[in-house]
Amino acid sequence: MFIGIDIGSRTAKGILFDGKKIIATAICDTGIFPRRSGESLFQELIEKAGLAQKDIKKTVGTGYGRVSLTLADKTITELSCHAKGAHFSCPSARTVIDIGGQDSKVIRIDQSGSMKDFTMNDKCAAGTGRFFEIAASALEMDMETFCDIRPVSEPFCQISNMCAVFAETEIISLLAKEISVESIAAGINLTFSKRICAMAKRIGISNDVLFVGGVAKNSAVKNALARALDIQFHPFEIDPQLMGALGASIFASEL
Amino acid sequence: MKPQLLKKLQQIAEQNIMDIEAHKNNGNHAIGFYCLYAPTELAVAANAIPLPLCGTRQAPIEAAEETLPRNLCPLIKSSYGFAATDTCPFFKFSDIIVADTTCDGKKKMYELMNDIKPVHVLQLPQQQNTDLFLEPWKHEIKTLRTTIENVTGKDITDESLVGAISLLNQERKAKKRLMDTTKAKPSPLSGMELLEILFKTGFFADKQKGIDLLNEIAQACEDLIQKNESPYTDKTPRILLTGVPTGLGSDKVVKIIEESGANVVAFESCSGYKQTFQVDETIDPYLALAQQYLSIPCSVMSPNQGRFDLLDEMIREFHVDGVVDLTWQACHTYNIEAAKVHNFVNKKFNLPYLHLETDYSESDTEQLRIRIEAFLEMI
Ligand code: SF4
Ligand code: SF4
Repeated sequence: MFIGIDIGSRTAKGILFDGKKIIATAICDTGIFPRRSGESLFQELIEKAGLAQKDIKKTVGTGYGRVSLTLADKTITELSCHAKGAHFSCPSARTVIDIGGQDSKVIRIDQSGSMKDFTMNDKCAAGTGRFFEIAASALEMDMETFCDIRPVSEPFCQISNMCAVFAETEIISLLAKEISVESIAAGINLTFSKRICAMAKRIGISNDVLFVGGVAKNSAVKNALARALDIQFHPFEIDPQLMGALGASIFASEL
Repeated sequence: MKPQLLKKLQQIAEQNIMDIEAHKNNGNHAIGFYCLYAPTELAVAANAIPLPLCGTRQAPIEAAEETLPRNLCPLIKSSYGFAATDTCPFFKFSDIIVADTTCDGKKKMYELMNDIKPVHVLQLPQQQNTDLFLEPWKHEIKTLRTTIENVTGKDITDESLVGAISLLNQERKAKKRLMDTTKAKPSPLSGMELLEILFKTGFFADKQKGIDLLNEIAQACEDLIQKNESPYTDKTPRILLTGVPTGLGSDKVVKIIEESGANVVAFESCSGYKQTFQVDETIDPYLALAQQYLSIPCSVMSPNQGRFDLLDEMIREFHVDGVVDLTWQACHTYNIEAAKVHNFVNKKFNLPYLHLETDYSESDTEQLRIRIEAFLEMI
């Protein structure tokens, strides 16, 4: 049995893998002690499957907190892990777009699942999950309510600022003009999608494209992004947030 | 690298400050240079020490930002900051500064620097392959000659100039010999060591001393290759670093690459392999200098085909596994050219390529590390 643990900036994810398929999954908040969250995920996974620690042959850690994972046999960046997980979930995948809480990445992979190129934004909140959190709070909503808004399709308002801080001010002034929340939400999605689109086009997009990471759960964003890129995202089975951990567990099985 | 040799390098570097002082006390001069395009031969021909002044440290940047915009290349800010705060001993020693109209940031900064110390600015053409630009460039070099003659009070004869060309050709040959030792697989030197050696030998008051030391270090490296001794293995990823110049203090990318288990074997920048040219000693010295210096393949030239020819040669000869392209924040010329380099490296060599944009501060170390680690995982 093999374990992959992905310690992201916001959430930590773990997967138990038997070499062929996923046996158990676990998710928790990263909190302020990434090492501890990694260890508790590990425990949770083996308990779920009724295993003991000795049954785990190898463990691979990934994500921002990977260096703090003392229990890992090896650490591998989340970029390679996403490529690996995506290839496993969908062998025809050639592009992976990952949007997490604090960063976003576009990864190009070849037919064997190896990463060929990538581009990454982790220097500014625009283009990351953080952008939505700021937008949601400007609309005085929590993320879940925000994700549930049904954005209008056309015509939507424009949010011209890419910068999360300025976008917040802009949203507040749109609210003051009594523009509907649905319309603003559509504007936010569109702005965001354009940003990701520019990033993705830098390294080129080829089918099939997988959309992973926490933000991929927001179907309104997913649709807006698909429209902006003029593509359709390829469906896959697992929770999009787990792709990195899945890749890590597959790497563990290959160690 | 042998510890004794590095120690010797350190000793000479420390002694050097006193050597320059002694040289100046004897009625001689020192001239500061900011860019590879200005022929240092003219200084040497007037018995003046050429000192490379490009700022490679973070420390004076804050002071520079009192005058310069924040979103400017750190090399320009560091250079200006050292001058404004008078904290660089080599700037202090320089009787005059020689600079070129390379990128917009630099040439406008020199206008401000001129208030601190006289700056002679060479009008550098931005195209290389036509005689149309060679003539005015030759004329610029002759103007520099007059300035240096006036400052030093010494005549620059054709004979002394040819002598200087030959001396600096030897220096460039010694540098090339040293840099070529990392063509060996595995290489005998880390990129950080190579950078340190090149950086420190750049300031030597006595050129011959520097040449001898470079040759001695190169010889030691060649011996290591013979004995098959290396800190690396056949499997160590071999990286070529291209783009903006790096030096001690602006070496964080080299450090992170090597901390992550790879070896930077080649520097395609003006702090590295771009310094390895030879000036023709058989023709008119001004024509020879003009031709050779103008052909330096920096991104300020348009077009800049020479960089791709050099990359092509270096990727093959240094058995490179991946290319990292470094751009200082706000350096438009290298930043834009990166798209071409990306394409070239991927298409022509099918090698992994990573473009990094950063400054001299340590604030983005982790962000650089993840990119570099992921890049190395592609190899
Ligand atoms: S990068 Fe170009 S402009 Fe800058 S110092 Fe080097 S040769 Fe001169
Ligand atoms: S790195 Fe770029 S912006 Fe900076 S001095 Fe050199 S050419 Fe100019």
